[in-house]
Amino acid sequence: MFRIARDAVDARALEAILRDGDGGFVTFVGIVRGRGDDGRAVRGLSYEAYEPLAHAAFEEIASEARERFGDVRIAIVHRIGDLLVGEIAVAVAAAAAHRAEAFAACAYAVDELKRRAPIWKKEAYLDGASQWCENLQ
Amino acid sequence: MRVHVLAFARLRELLDAAERSLELPTGARAGEAWAALVRACPALEGEASTTRFARNGRLVAFDEPLADGDELALLPPVGGG
Repeated sequence: MFRIARDAVDARALEAILRDGDGGFVTFVGIVRGRGDDGRAVRGLSYEAYEPLAHAAFEEIASEARERFGDVRIAIVHRIGDLLVGEIAVAVAAAAAHRAEAFAACAYAVDELKRRAPIWKKEAYLDGASQWCENLQ
Repeated sequence: MRVHVLAFARLRELLDAAERSLELPTGARAGEAWAALVRACPALEGEASTTRFARNGRLVAFDEPLADGDELALLPPVGGG
């Protein structure tokens, strides 16, 4: 399940990737923080994506996770548009027979998504300023 | 030939457009498309070192040859998650 979402993300929906043999299901849910990295009060975020390439990146990341961690299933849903503090920005899940693979695959997918998915974030602050935020490489 | 340019995030704001049609000599490369954009929009100057290009939905190098009707996306450093 790979999706760019324009509406609120339901993290429970990622359970759709579960199969009979799965014994571990790990979910990461990224939420809009009320403070920027520099401590400024955040009013909200705006995300945009280059959707065809974002989808391709999600599928590629999931495929790499399977190569590294074996029989795991990955779900990635990333919100775009304007979000308020407390809303879900991204949900990533990994399902596998055992917890070690599920934890590792979920962490890998989150890290790689942040590193290379063509998605951009602009923070808007309560003082009226705003800026594009780059993930550290 | 004509290339359809898409600009995202910071680059979209600097270009003041999410899309732009660009007329280029036949056989032009991605880097020449970029140079033409910088001439039209000097605010883009200095962004080349952090910009990546996608041609028809696939990441390509600066010297990738373009064809008539291509979509060329300009991608600034990402910030998802």
